[in-house]
Amino acid sequence: MTAVPERLTRDQVAHVANLARLTLTEEELELFTGQLAEILDHAADVASLDLSGVAPTAHAMAVTNVLRADQARPCLDRDEVLEAAPSVEDHRFRVPRILGEAP
Amino acid sequence: MSVAGPRPATDLAAEVRGGSRRAADVLEEHLAAIDARDGEIHAFNLVTRDEARAQAAAVDARVARGEDPGPLAGVPVALKDNLCTRGLPTTCSSRILAGWRPPYDATVVTRLREAGAVMVGKTNMDEFAMGSSTESSATGPTRNPHDTGRVPGGSSGGSAAAVAAGFAPLALGSDTGGSIRQPAALCGVVGMKPTYGTVSRYGLIAFASSLDQIGPFARSVADAAQLFDVIGGHDPADSTSLNRPTPRALSVVDEGVAGMTVGVLAEYLDGVDPEVAARTREAADALAAAGARVEEVSVPEVLLGLSAYYLIAPAEASSNLARYDGVRFGLRVDAEDTVTMNTATRSAGFGAEVKRRIMLGTYALSAGYMDAYYNQALRVRTLIIEGFAAAYRTCDVLLGPTTPTTAFAIGEKVGDPMTMYRSDVCTIPTNLAGHPAVSVPFGSSSGGLPIGVQLLAPALAERTLFRAAAVVEAAAPVTAAVGGRS
Repeated sequence: MTAVPERLTRDQVAHVANLARLTLTEEELELFTGQLAEILDHAADVASLDLSGVAPTAHAMAVTNVLRADQARPCLDRDEVLEAAPSVEDHRFRVPRILGEAP
Repeated sequence: MSVAGPRPATDLAAEVRGGSRRAADVLEEHLAAIDARDGEIHAFNLVTRDEARAQAAAVDARVARGEDPGPLAGVPVALKDNLCTRGLPTTCSSRILAGWRPPYDATVVTRLREAGAVMVGKTNMDEFAMGSSTESSATGPTRNPHDTGRVPGGSSGGSAAAVAAGFAPLALGSDTGGSIRQPAALCGVVGMKPTYGTVSRYGLIAFASSLDQIGPFARSVADAAQLFDVIGGHDPADSTSLNRPTPRALSVVDEGVAGMTVGVLAEYLDGVDPEVAARTREAADALAAAGARVEEVSVPEVLLGLSAYYLIAPAEASSNLARYDGVRFGLRVDAEDTVTMNTATRSAGFGAEVKRRIMLGTYALSAGYMDAYYNQALRVRTLIIEGFAAAYRTCDVLLGPTTPTTAFAIGEKVGDPMTMYRSDVCTIPTNLAGHPAVSVPFGSSSGGLPIGVQLLAPALAERTLFRAAAVVEAAAPVTAAVGGRS
């Protein structure tokens, strides 16, 4: 049996937002903390159960890895795919610098 | 016995195939209906007039050549805006995908085209299908055609409203926790969620991959069965597509329920609006009158469905929506480094409900909390599947309301997510179990708003499900007509 975690705090919400690559305003942080805590309070009915003897189900219909024959076939058109990208250079997706140092 | 109900779409297709009506004329009538009233309803994010006219002309040309364009020849179909259409904007009603044109068609779009359907546009939805009212759309809410001060339900509210308003006889939606059945009930149309894996998800923009399923909206059970037959079947492009024969429903829809056992699901009647409960009991009486054995059943595990769903679905969504990072498609908000760009893009591109669910899911999967929340929810999923299995040892189908209430007012629940989430309490357990279910209109409330009753069946029992739905439809009190001009 797992213990029901303590009530969600504002700092935890800020941490989770950072993990999810979201910036929240102070007002959003306040609002979401209350709303998410209320949803998790409701989820205590699930979190508080003793389910140690119950197997988890990730997929209702049994799924197995599906392999196809190793044969070449047409795929998405590269130009059409790149057309949808915000920035492209030399047939590649272009992004701002990734590492800390200047380019 | 025969319970044949109205078949607006299949009748239209028969006329077009027989040459007595032109697909082009059918299309223009529906475009005129859209022009007359969609400014008020906002069922569509985009009406694809030119493409639809080209498709209708192609259907007419095939008929003129003596060919058969297919079972949906010339039938206008509306598509939820999370179904990819090659070269045509597909937005999920989100700013983050504004202007995106997919480089491929969803498998269901290909199958509709092959069946001769004419696709008229992309319908409004809750952003990324997260919501129960279509109010979280970045393009503004859809209004319920029965009362424009009320929501159409969600997340496939645009598709439900389009069918209810006569903009198209058929539409496709997606159902992750009730997003087809709940708006169908609130708009007075038929909406069906197929068994997980029977309809390909290729080209359906993912929300919660283990729960999402595409399904039909229609004005009759037979039409919904026809559309299900067209879109169902194995697809190698979706690794979760069941590689086995998919049940075909239209041919059996009139076969009645004699000898079937129907279980009235006690937990779904608890705490719902008294008028909705009364209509559900009338539907049970109708099934009994048609020769079914009707008994009350209890599946107490379904009471845990709401909490389990609002852990599992956000967890899957937090992973699926990680792809919106401003790199390969959609919005980019520029910044000097990539992490800042990712964060700025997502913060500007996602609305409040999507942010809430991403954070909820991220938290439910995070170190220290995954066992208490996500893993517990997966075990509850097992309990719900076992609970349904016990009921189906004695019952062929289950019956309950689709929604706890009729359509609520626009704005009524937007400030209170937990109250909004409760709209899905009767539809969620079906998704967790992977089963099929259908909402059938069954009269109206004293206030003139549609009421839907829900039939549930075990995995791959679509044929049984549609037979029972047709009996309920044939016995249904008339649902108040859609108001307003047309």
